[in-house]
Amino acid sequence: MADASVTLRPEPQFGDLGQQRATALSGMWLFLATEVLFFSGMLTAYFLYRAANPEGFAEAGRDTELWIGAVNTAVLLTSSEFMAIAVNRVEHCHPRLLARMLGATAALGLVFMGLKALEYWLDYRHHLVPGLDFVGKGAHAHAQELFWILYFCLTGVHALHLTVGITLVLIFAVKARRGVFSRSYGAPIEVLGLYWHFVDIVWVFLYPLIYLTGRSS
Amino acid sequence: MSDATAAPERSYLTEGLTIRSWLLTRDHKRIALLYFATITLFFFIGGAAATLIRLNLVDPAGSLVSADTYNRLFTMHGVVMVWFFLIPSIPTTLGNFVLPLMLGARDLAFPRLNLLSWYLFIIGGAVTLYALAAGGLDTGWTFYTPFSTLYSNGHVVLAVAGIFLTGFSSILTGLNFIITIHTLRAPGMGWYRLPLFVWSLYATSAILVLATPVLAITLFLLAFERLVHVGIFDPKLGGDPLLFQHLFWFYSHPAVYIMILPGMGVVSELIAAFSKKPVFGYKFVAWSSMAIAAVGFLVWGHHMFVAGESVYAALVFSLLSFLVAVPSAIKVFNWTATLHKGSIAWDAPMLYALAFIGLFAMGGVTGLFLAALAIDVEVTDTYFVVAHFHYIMVGGMVAAYFGGLHYWWPKITGRLYPEYWARAAAILIFLGFNLTFFPQYVVGWLGMPRRYHAYPPEFQVWNVLSSAGASILALAYLMPIFYLGWSLLRGPRAGANPWGATGLEWQTSSPPPAENFATTPTVTRPPYDYPEPAAEPAALPRG
Repeated sequence: MADASVTLRPEPQFGDLGQQRATALSGMWLFLATEVLFFSGMLTAYFLYRAANPEGFAEAGRDTELWIGAVNTAVLLTSSEFMAIAVNRVEHCHPRLLARMLGATAALGLVFMGLKALEYWLDYRHHLVPGLDFVGKGAHAHAQELFWILYFCLTGVHALHLTVGITLVLIFAVKARRGVFSRSYGAPIEVLGLYWHFVDIVWVFLYPLIYLTGRSS
Repeated sequence: MSDATAAPERSYLTEGLTIRSWLLTRDHKRIALLYFATITLFFFIGGAAATLIRLNLVDPAGSLVSADTYNRLFTMHGVVMVWFFLIPSIPTTLGNFVLPLMLGARDLAFPRLNLLSWYLFIIGGAVTLYALAAGGLDTGWTFYTPFSTLYSNGHVVLAVAGIFLTGFSSILTGLNFIITIHTLRAPGMGWYRLPLFVWSLYATSAILVLATPVLAITLFLLAFERLVHVGIFDPKLGGDPLLFQHLFWFYSHPAVYIMILPGMGVVSELIAAFSKKPVFGYKFVAWSSMAIAAVGFLVWGHHMFVAGESVYAALVFSLLSFLVAVPSAIKVFNWTATLHKGSIAWDAPMLYALAFIGLFAMGGVTGLFLAALAIDVEVTDTYFVVAHFHYIMVGGMVAAYFGGLHYWWPKITGRLYPEYWARAAAILIFLGFNLTFFPQYVVGWLGMPRRYHAYPPEFQVWNVLSSAGASILALAYLMPIFYLGWSLLRGPRAGANPWGATGLEWQTSSPPPAENFATTPTVTRPPYDYPEPAAEPAALPRG
């Protein structure tokens, strides 16, 4: 580790590593701001249509797989716990532990994706996929279809973000094992952590909107 | 060549001469030039479509092209000019080149991201160009649903995919600029010492970063609806077509400020440099950029006055639209006050800056007509609207772009351009522009609707005038290719500061070295720190 910290230099546009770290972190925060607005377009459509079609959205919401949504929420929150430990471990110069924490984070992300795939398959079996063979029920069939369109858009875009996250975490886990990160060069892990927690928080909003609101009435 | 201004021994242009060294560069100055080449290509593609539109409209029967081809031409013109020329124009070329220089920085905060932005831009551009070449699309640049999703038979998804990618290029550029301005200012470079161009780039970047993601998701939903044939915006399923317009204009109205704020920043630089005076009311000009960006997010509903929006919403949007005029007018008055008693030099960049002020004022005031509910209902979808936004986008932004290009040309290339030809082109552009677009105000007011390939014969005289102006404009836009091309090869060497301007970018050599500054500069003086006019015996000689 000592060798690494001796040869570490900031990129040429920065005066020192501290400035480089602050810049990288603020860059990620700003990127997350753009992500909030990215999701907000779909959420606006969701809220608008839900307000216009309360019964149809409630009926459709009751057809979602509650247990998968609930288990996935727990899985993702736990993954964020491991990520938080990883960010915390960087400072303590422990490459193997860091790699393990990142590995656990990615593994839980994969569990989420697996359950998500199972859920999509069940939705397909229940004829809930618009555009394929969607079968609505009763007077609010059209509104139910709108719900399912937005369900697939929202969870699909979220899953895409998670896929990017898992890939990055795995790459960083390999790098961590090689001892790339250290007390003076931990910023990439912090930046990655911010992204991971963001994807997690998006799910924290999606879970009640998709699985719970329809069941509350 | 005979005087002391020989080329510097090494510069960013001499660091690696291979194509590979350009395509993998992280130098903001080289990336600016990559963008410059790309958007110049798009400018002429969009211009070619406009030429065909104007040729077709010489004849009331519109016999040059079919109605369907005409629809595809104006869509192509709009899509290319908005997303592939106007939005990237000043920020990615002049901004990319001079922003780090103005801050006294070595580069942008994220040089690799900067290069990635360019690659996203050319990939998005290639995809959209392919869509246009393979038959095009007839939706107009606004892609209104459900026409774009259910009825149009063009390459909507491909075009939208290209714009989606280009959107991420915009987001990353905006992000890079904001973070750079926050973290990489040289010692002593406080916020109120920043050149006004930097303030305008900051405001522009805020819009790029906060508005573009909404466009991206809107286009995603549009493509999803068209591909899967399910109706997110389809009224048959209970979807709302007006929701698309709300989401689209939530981006696209702020985006028109992306297409003017950088121009305002350039004009602030030009007015100061060619009046040899500090900009009057610096803080007001700086904050008016931020005010335009902020208020610009709250006015999108004025695009839907006739689209089924509630009267109360329309009233609020109308009022807020009027508010945008306040910071815009602050800028115009302060530029004018800067000219007062200035030592004015009539170089080509100054001609462009003065043209900008006049044309922008005209476009801005007609914008107030359109913000007024009753008048807007009367002239919605007429040539009055077309003339209004071309006065801002072309008369304003393109003039500022050309002005800035001439102003920083010696810095970028290390060579001077021929002043006589540059002035001639500037004057021709001004005359040609007015002849093209002033008649469109008149004919629009008389009731000629936009986007039709044929029109009643009583409008012909105005259309012929407009097309005549367009041919002058087209020739004038071609002139810089020749004289700037000559300058590139044979132009006299410029020296570090040919204009005698303030600003850190003029303190390093022309062209600058790869690292921008030999040692990081320390800023001790306010911006535009020109000597008192009384101390100057005569106009400053230029080097």
